[in-house]
Amino acid sequence: MNKKYTISVFTENFIGILSRITLIFTRRGINIDGFTASESREEGIYRITIVVTTSEAQIIQLTKQIEKIIDVIKAFYYLDEEMVFQEIALYKIPIDSIDAGLEKVIRQHNARIISAEKDFVVIEMTGHKEETQELLEVLKDFNVLEFVRSGRVAVAKPMETIDKYL
Amino acid sequence: MNDSQIRGAEIVIKSLVAENARYIFGYPGGAIMPVYDALYDYMDRILHILTRHEQGAIHAAQGYARVSGQVGVCMATSGPGATNLITGLADALIDSTPLVCITGQVASHLLGTDAFQETDVVGISMPGTKWNIQVRRVEDIAPAIAKGFHIARSGRPGPVLIDITKDAQTSLGDFNYVPCLNIRSYRPYPKVEDHIIEKAASLINQARKPYVLFGQGVILGKAEKALQAFLDKSGIPAACTLLGTGAISEEHPNFVGKLGMHGNYGPNLLTNQCDVLIAVGMRFDDRVTGDVKRYAKQAKVIHLELDPAEVDKTVKSEVAVVGDCRISLEKLTEKVEKKTHPDWIKEFRELEAEEKRVVVGNDLSPTKVGLTMGEVIRHINEFKADDAILVTDVGQHQMVAWRYFEYKTSRTQVTSGGLGTMGFALPAALGAQLHDYNRQVICVVGDGGIQMTFQELGTIMQTKAPVKVVLLNNNFLGMVRQWQQLFFDKRYSFTELDNPDFIKIAEAYNFKVQKVDERADLRQAVAEMFVHDGPYFLEVVVEKEDNVFPMIASGSSVEEVRLS
Repeated sequence: MNKKYTISVFTENFIGILSRITLIFTRRGINIDGFTASESREEGIYRITIVVTTSEAQIIQLTKQIEKIIDVIKAFYYLDEEMVFQEIALYKIPIDSIDAGLEKVIRQHNARIISAEKDFVVIEMTGHKEETQELLEVLKDFNVLEFVRSGRVAVAKPMETIDKYL
Repeated sequence: MNDSQIRGAEIVIKSLVAENARYIFGYPGGAIMPVYDALYDYMDRILHILTRHEQGAIHAAQGYARVSGQVGVCMATSGPGATNLITGLADALIDSTPLVCITGQVASHLLGTDAFQETDVVGISMPGTKWNIQVRRVEDIAPAIAKGFHIARSGRPGPVLIDITKDAQTSLGDFNYVPCLNIRSYRPYPKVEDHIIEKAASLINQARKPYVLFGQGVILGKAEKALQAFLDKSGIPAACTLLGTGAISEEHPNFVGKLGMHGNYGPNLLTNQCDVLIAVGMRFDDRVTGDVKRYAKQAKVIHLELDPAEVDKTVKSEVAVVGDCRISLEKLTEKVEKKTHPDWIKEFRELEAEEKRVVVGNDLSPTKVGLTMGEVIRHINEFKADDAILVTDVGQHQMVAWRYFEYKTSRTQVTSGGLGTMGFALPAALGAQLHDYNRQVICVVGDGGIQMTFQELGTIMQTKAPVKVVLLNNNFLGMVRQWQQLFFDKRYSFTELDNPDFIKIAEAYNFKVQKVDERADLRQAVAEMFVHDGPYFLEVVVEKEDNVFPMIASGSSVEEVRLS
């Protein structure tokens, strides 16, 4: 049965590492739902978070294949309940759509306006995909000019850290 | 700058010398010319073999690596030079062959501009290498080569590609070679866990019909003696994969034959009757398992494997002994009880007798008019040395030669297994021969495959490598034709070849030649070939439409192996 998994990859900062990782998915015809990369707590070590929907057998294989890449230090996979995760979404709304209704929506969704320009405002919301999606549906009444959602960032609930693999 | 600084190109060569590389198999061109210029002063320390095509260079490096156990080194220029290596890289990756390939690249300021002979070789070669890198600064050359050699030869070996821009080759830098021994993100030898060994040993000790399948991992891990000791003590019957062939002598009393689509009858059939299956250094390739859903379902599988990603990939194991199989086997041998399995081995021998009666007799001692590939191999066996190396291409001749050649020592079998690369044999045989001019190297090849890398006859001529080329000519792409006959209603779509006069071509390359199309002349011709001390080309015209049996048809189960 297919489930949503998050793979957390710790890598050296090596040119081409992202290509090598994504090739593992491409070759097997697996779609990547989300992908983020940034430096981790350890200087020089990058942390990549990949979200895929697949079977348990396949996620085990994918994780092993990722770990087999020379410059990958360690890869872990988790189910949603084994992680704390967030995504961030930005919504660009024209200034002339602003009315009292918008303020209410922002309050209700714990969103905030992070920028107000002459012609538009940018609203930011962090949360799970369903939550940022829900806000998008509501904001459609206010004419969303642009919308973008980040890939997932996630930390694992198990108390293992990357240190022991260095 | 100071006086001790040298050009990057010379650093490349000095690094290869520091790694004790004996040969470079390569082909020059614009972007690698500084390195070739540097090479001119090092001809007494490292030998360059100029092949006739970069694909020939990399297959020769593979052949050298496979018989020597050393890293094969290969060199090419940018663009087409580099892309011509790709088939060999893919082949070496799937067959775990250690290679370091060095390619020239356009100068760094031209990268990404579609400059002359620029191609993104790092991008193109990524899925076909264990590791690759582009070097754009002279100070990064030696560390990249050191890292490349370490990665290529350690753990599960594989090919590495190092792409060096022309400006890095021409810049001056210091040379101080520091071999690479450790990479923090890379753990090539997972530790063998004793409690796992205990579990495996207990399964083996309780087994009534245990069965060992061994692959190339035994050879790569130098575990031949450890495997033999394990078999001697445990009394367990053992069969080999294509690439594992020769790891133990076929004369070993526990050796029962070969696995796979055209392997032996008993070893395939009885896979579905054993109770404990002990897989050593093999990866359950689909050509071994047939339909995996009906593969050894009754058996508990113990998998001794160095690469954790191979565990449970296609066949789920009860006990996975991850780590160096030499260590695992030594530990297991201590824990297993001394036993014999005469009744179980007898089952293999009975099926072997049946295979002999139905298949082998007709292959080796045919009564029909046309020559068989099998009888050619029979005569080769008659005259070859015990440590002769057999290099084969891909197709019917490969399977027949593998089935009947008498392998007695390790590293005597060189073939393209996983990738099935036609054109592999001729250059690989050259590389194998260069490892040792005094060993017999027999290159058995078909009329299809030889024409894919024919030009390497020229390299053999130039090096005077005394390769014995045995062309089994049926004027067909025989294996494809066999499939067309069996599964495509004899619709022989583009498999028949109008061939050139092979003898004339070989003669033009200064080979001593002979052509045989009559049984009466065959034995003598093979004998003469072995007496000749230089390159030899023997063409044998064989039966046009012979088939290779036994066979497990694609999608069938191992127990559906057919004898005809």
